[in-house]
Amino acid sequence: METFAFYFFALLISALFLVTVLSQNILYAMTSLAAGMVLISGLFFILGADFLGVVQLIVYVGAVMALYSFAMIFFDALHSVKEKHSNPGLTFLLGGLSAVLMVVIFAAPEIGKNVKALYPIPAGVSNPQAVGEILFTKYLVPFEVAAIMLLVAMIAGIILAGRKMENSLSKIQDSELEQSSQKDNQ
Amino acid sequence: MIGLSHYLILSAILFSIGLVGVIRRKNLLMLFFATEIMLNAANIAFAALSSYMHDMSGQIFAFFIIAVAASEVAVGLGLLILIYKKNGSLNLDDYTMLKG
Repeated sequence: METFAFYFFALLISALFLVTVLSQNILYAMTSLAAGMVLISGLFFILGADFLGVVQLIVYVGAVMALYSFAMIFFDALHSVKEKHSNPGLTFLLGGLSAVLMVVIFAAPEIGKNVKALYPIPAGVSNPQAVGEILFTKYLVPFEVAAIMLLVAMIAGIILAGRKMENSLSKIQDSELEQSSQKDNQ
Repeated sequence: MIGLSHYLILSAILFSIGLVGVIRRKNLLMLFFATEIMLNAANIAFAALSSYMHDMSGQIFAFFIIAVAASEVAVGLGLLILIYKKNGSLNLDDYTMLKG
């Protein structure tokens, strides 16, 4: 059953991410990326990392992809993306070579046979509790630094995207809009 | 039976897909999607190593990767919106101002 689930998820994730990389339409690419992330959380559940799977669903699918879809308001998403490829053969060669290289590296006999678990998974404890115990003791300082980083990113996002938003377009009268567009044309 | 190497090979394949996207794409938004794929591939490798080595550190590092990805998207999308308002294009070929 685990074998079937793994191959099912692996094939679907690879196919969806290939659609993301090769599609000409931004909306198709975004939708397939979101679907692939949902399926990746399935892999996490198989691996016993329950909390990571839930975080993947909430943060990646719920927040990151929602942010992308809200950003579509600003971009022209209806037209397909026109890309000029000067040398498609080179791309395929480089991509294929790097894929073969990485698979060989990862499939090679493990070098770190004598790796010892620094923080072993505690027995008889559910996964979220184990994550919390280690995150709030051994990794407390990186956790706080990550919190500050997220705060900085939030402020930066608000300032960058919210610039010149204090004059709302819906409150402008039609005559003012026409005047400004005439000004732009001149 | 599914072993550690299965997960690592899947992670390598997904990372290569993302890398092909980064090499091939000319649209800035599509480049962002490709980097998300690469980050997710790294997350799969971390979770698999954590599970098969019986070590919690892998999952913790995956959390930090997710935090980094979230802040990257917030700042990056702000910059993309600004650059799109300014020039009306997300195509990388329009941004070759540094050419000598």
